[in-house]
Amino acid sequence: MGLEERSLAQTGPRPERPHARADWKQMLGIGIVASILGVVAGLLIDWFPIAASNEAKPIDTLWDVLIIASVPVFVGVCVVVLFSVIKFRMRDGEEELDGPPIHGNTRLEVIWTAIPAILLVGLCTYAFIVLEDVEKAQANTMEVRVVGEQFAWTFFYPNPDGSGEEIAATRGELYLPVNQPIKFNLQAKDVLHDFWVPAFRMKKDAVPGMTVSYRVTPNRIGRYPIVCAELCGLGHATMRATAVVVSREDFDAWLEEQANPPEPTPAAGGGGGSGAAADGKQLFTANCASCHTLSDAGANGTTGPNLDETLPGQDAAAIRTSIAEPSVEIVDGYTNIMPNDYEQRLGAEGVDALAEYLAEVTKEG
Amino acid sequence: MTARLRAPGLTRAGLFLVLGTLFCAAIIVAVREAYGYPVFADGGIVPKAQNAILLLSLLIAPLWFLVGLGAFDYWFYWAAGKRTRPEDHSGHGATSWKDYFRVNTDHKVIGIQYVVTSFFFMLIGGLLAMLVRAELAAPGSQFVDANAFNGLFSVHASLMIFLFIIPVFAGLANYVLPLMIGAPDMAFPRLNALSFWMLPIAGVMMTASFFAPGGSFSTGWTAYAPLSTSAPIGQMFFTIGVQFAGASSIATALNFLVTIITMRAPGMSFWRMPLLVWANFSTSLLVVIATPFIAASQFFVLFDYALGFNFFRPERDGDILMYQHVFWFYSHPAVYIMMLPGFGIISEVLAVKARKPIFGYRMMAFSLLAIVLLGFTVWAHHMFVSGMQDWIRIPMMVTTAIIAVPTGIKIFSWLATLWKGVLHMDTPMLWALGFITMFTLGGISGVVLAMVPMDIYVSDTYFIVAHIHYVLYGGSLFTIYAGVYYWFPKMTGRMFDERLGKIHFWMTFVSFNATFGPMHLVGVKGMPRRVADYAEEFAAWNLFISLSSFVLGLSTLVFIYNMVASWRGGRRASANPWRALTLEWQVTSPPPVFNFDRIPTVVGGPYEYGVPGHVHGIMEPAEEARPKQAAGASSAEEGV
Repeated sequence: MGLEERSLAQTGPRPERPHARADWKQMLGIGIVASILGVVAGLLIDWFPIAASNEAKPIDTLWDVLIIASVPVFVGVCVVVLFSVIKFRMRDGEEELDGPPIHGNTRLEVIWTAIPAILLVGLCTYAFIVLEDVEKAQANTMEVRVVGEQFAWTFFYPNPDGSGEEIAATRGELYLPVNQPIKFNLQAKDVLHDFWVPAFRMKKDAVPGMTVSYRVTPNRIGRYPIVCAELCGLGHATMRATAVVVSREDFDAWLEEQANPPEPTPAAGGGGGSGAAADGKQLFTANCASCHTLSDAGANGTTGPNLDETLPGQDAAAIRTSIAEPSVEIVDGYTNIMPNDYEQRLGAEGVDALAEYLAEVTKEG
Repeated sequence: MTARLRAPGLTRAGLFLVLGTLFCAAIIVAVREAYGYPVFADGGIVPKAQNAILLLSLLIAPLWFLVGLGAFDYWFYWAAGKRTRPEDHSGHGATSWKDYFRVNTDHKVIGIQYVVTSFFFMLIGGLLAMLVRAELAAPGSQFVDANAFNGLFSVHASLMIFLFIIPVFAGLANYVLPLMIGAPDMAFPRLNALSFWMLPIAGVMMTASFFAPGGSFSTGWTAYAPLSTSAPIGQMFFTIGVQFAGASSIATALNFLVTIITMRAPGMSFWRMPLLVWANFSTSLLVVIATPFIAASQFFVLFDYALGFNFFRPERDGDILMYQHVFWFYSHPAVYIMMLPGFGIISEVLAVKARKPIFGYRMMAFSLLAIVLLGFTVWAHHMFVSGMQDWIRIPMMVTTAIIAVPTGIKIFSWLATLWKGVLHMDTPMLWALGFITMFTLGGISGVVLAMVPMDIYVSDTYFIVAHIHYVLYGGSLFTIYAGVYYWFPKMTGRMFDERLGKIHFWMTFVSFNATFGPMHLVGVKGMPRRVADYAEEFAAWNLFISLSSFVLGLSTLVFIYNMVASWRGGRRASANPWRALTLEWQVTSPPPVFNFDRIPTVVGGPYEYGVPGHVHGIMEPAEEARPKQAAGASSAEEGV
C-alpha cells in the first residue's frame, strides 16, 4: 500500500499526531480475521426453509457465494470506519487542527473502480449460469395449470388418458409426484397473484390475461406450504394452500380418484355427527376457513363476516343462497369480494352439505 | 372579518376549499340530472353520485384552495392588467411563526416550511408503522382487520416516500443551496412557494383516505393494477395525491436546475460547487425526466377507474404489465431521487468534520452523473417475477450490478476522506458514519437482489422490507438527520443539545438494526411481506422486531424534543460553529433576509481544509475581490 502516502501534498509544517499513526497491517489483519468470522457466521446460519426441489440446491449455493463475496465488503467498510474513529478522532488540543490536504489518488481510484466491477461481473456471470440451470427445460415434463383468484388456488392436471380434458384437484391441495419435472402454467382470474412454494425456491406472478410459466422438479416427499406472494387484496395473507409431494404410485392413485370421484357416501365411522355435517365440515375447512371465522371448525379468518355471529337464526336454504350467490345479501361493513362460483366448484351436493352443516352448527347461537 | 376573508391566507383558502367542493358537487348533480341518473334516493345521496363528487373534488378543490391561499394572486393581477406587487423581497423573512402559514417567496422560509411539514408527515407515517408492528407482534389477528392493515402499510409507505424523504431533501436544499452558490434566492420564488403548498395537499389527501367510504387505499405504495383499478374510492386519494406531490417535485427540480445553472456567484465554476449542489443538480435531472412517468401511470389508473378505459383490462386488450413498466420507470430512479441528495449531505458533513478535502472530488461528481444515467436502465429488476419476457432480466441484472460501482466509488472516497483526518465525533458526524455502514449493508443486499435466481426466491418477502429500510432509513434518513443537525445552527440561529443528539443517534442506531436486521432472516426463511397474519414459526422474531420498532419510534421523539426545545431556548449559534468553508457559513446564523449583503466572489474549491491560507469565497463583489492565495484557489483542480 502506501500509495496515498506519496500523494501527500504537504504544504507546511504539520504537528505530529503520535496517536494517529496509521498501521495498515494491523487494520488489514483485523479486517481479514473479522471477515473470516463473519463469513463463517453467515454460512452457519440456517437461512432457508426445507429444500424440496432440484432447483433449491443451486440457488442455496448461490446464496452462500453471495455471503462469501459480500461479508468482507461490509466488514471492510466497518473496520475502516472504526479504525479511523479510534485512531484519527480529535484529541484535546487539536480543536483548530486540520487534516492533511489529500485531494485524491488516481491509482487508488482506478483500483476501487475496477475491482468491484470485476467482482460484480463475475457474480452476474455465475448468477446467469444458475438461472440457466434452474430454468432449463426437462424431458418428460408434466404441465400443471394453476389458477389464482381472490383468495384461492385451483390446480388442473392433464388427463393421463390423453383425452385433453383437464382434471381439477378438488381439495385445494397440489399433489405432485416426486422426481417428476413439472411446468406450472400460471393464470389469474381477477388481480395479480404470485404462486410460491418456498420449499421449491421458485416463484412467479399469475397475471390476468396471460399465462406465465416456470419449472421445478420436486425431489422430496412431504407437505409444503403454498403462499401467495403478490398483494391481492383483503384475503392476501390467507391465500394459502398445500403442496403435497408423493410417490409416483400415490400420485397416480390420487389422480385416478380426482378423475372419477367416488359416489358420496356417508362418512363411515369417524365419531359422531351426521354424514352431511362431517362432509360439510371438511368442505368448510378446505374452502371457507381462510376467510371466515367459525368456532366449530376452528376457523378464524377475518376477510369475510364472522359466521358465528351472522349465521344464527338463518335456515339452511338462506345459507345456501348466501354461498351460491354471495352478492344477494352483503353483511354491513363488508364488500362483495367472495367468489360466486362455489356451486360449480363444489357441485350442488357440496353446497347443500355445506349449508346444512353451517345451519346445524350455528343454530343454537 | 370580510377583510380577513378577502386577504390571501389560510382563512380565504378554507373558504375557497368549501366553495370548490360545492362547485364540484354542483357539476356532478347537474350532469347526473341531465343524463337522468339518480342523485338522491332513500333520503340519502346514492353511492355513485357521492363517489363522483368526492373524485372530482379531489382533483379540483385543491386548485381552489391554492387560489384562496394566494398562490396565484400575482399572476391574476398581472393577467387582469392590475398593478402587481413587485418581487422585491419585501415580503421575505418570517418574523413570527404565523409567517410560515402563508405564501412566502423567501427560499429560507420555504425551506423551513418544507422540512417541518415533511417531518410532520414522517411522524404520521411512523405512527402508522407502529400500528403495523403492533398488529404483527403476534400471528393471527390482533386489533385491525385485513383491510385496515393493508391500508396502514400502504399509507405508511406513501407518506414516507412522497411526503417525507423526497420533500425533506428538497426542503434542506431549498434552504442551503442558494446560500451555498452565493445566490440571493431561488430562480423562481413564486413557483417555489407554489411547489411547497402542493405538498400539504398531497399529504392531507393521503392521510384523509382513512375516512373515505370503504377505507383508505390498500394496494401498497406500488398500487399495482388491476387491484388498484378495482379498489374502493380510497384508492383515488393516492392516485390523485401523487399527482400533487409529483407536480411539486417537478416544479422544485426545475427551479433547482435553473438556479444552479444561472445563479452561481462569480467564480463559482461547476468544479468549485460543493457536492451538495452537484447532488441536487443530479437529483433534479432525475426528477424532471422520471416523475412524469409516475404521473402517467396514475392517470392510467384514474382513467380505468373513473372513465372505464381499458389500459389494464386484459379482456379488452389491456396490458397489466405495462403498469409495472411505467411505474418502475419512475420508481426506480425515485430510489436515487431519495438517495443522491443524501450523498451530497454526507460529503459536506464528512469534509468539515474530518477537516480534510473530499477525496476524489471530481470522481464524486462524475459518479453522481453516472448514477443518474444508469438509474434509467435498471427499472425491470423490480419485475423479475412479474411474468415479463425472460431475456430482459439479464441486461437488467448486469446494469443493476454495475450501478453499484459508482456507488462503491463514493463509499470508498468517503472512507479515504476519513483517513488521517481530525475526526470531530459530534452528532452530525455520528449520523454520517452510521450512514456509511448501514447504507453499505443496504447496497450489498441490493446486489444480492440483482442476482436473478436469488431475487426470484426472496422477492415479495421480508428480505425486501429489510433491504428497502436499510437503504431508505439507514441510508436516506440517516443522511437527513446528519443534514438537519449540521444545518440546524444555520437555519435557527441556535445550537442543538449535543447530548440529546448523541442519545438520539445511539438509540436509533441500535433499535434500527434490531428492527430491520432480523427481517433478512425471516424473509429468507419464507415470510412474505404485506401480510397481517403469518406462520407460527416466525412468531418469536416478529415479536422481537415489533418491540425493537417501538424503541425506534421512541428515539424519534428524542429528536423532535431536541429540535423543538433547542429552537426555542438553545444556545445562540455563531455564524460558523463548524469552521466550514462553504458560503452558507460565511453569513450570520440565521442568514440575513437577502442572504448576502454583497454578492460574494468564489476563488477556490469548497473543501480546501488543511491547505494553508485556504479561501473558498470572499464576501466582496468580483471587482473588489483580490484572491490572496493563488495556491488555495487552484489546488482542487491540481489535486485530482
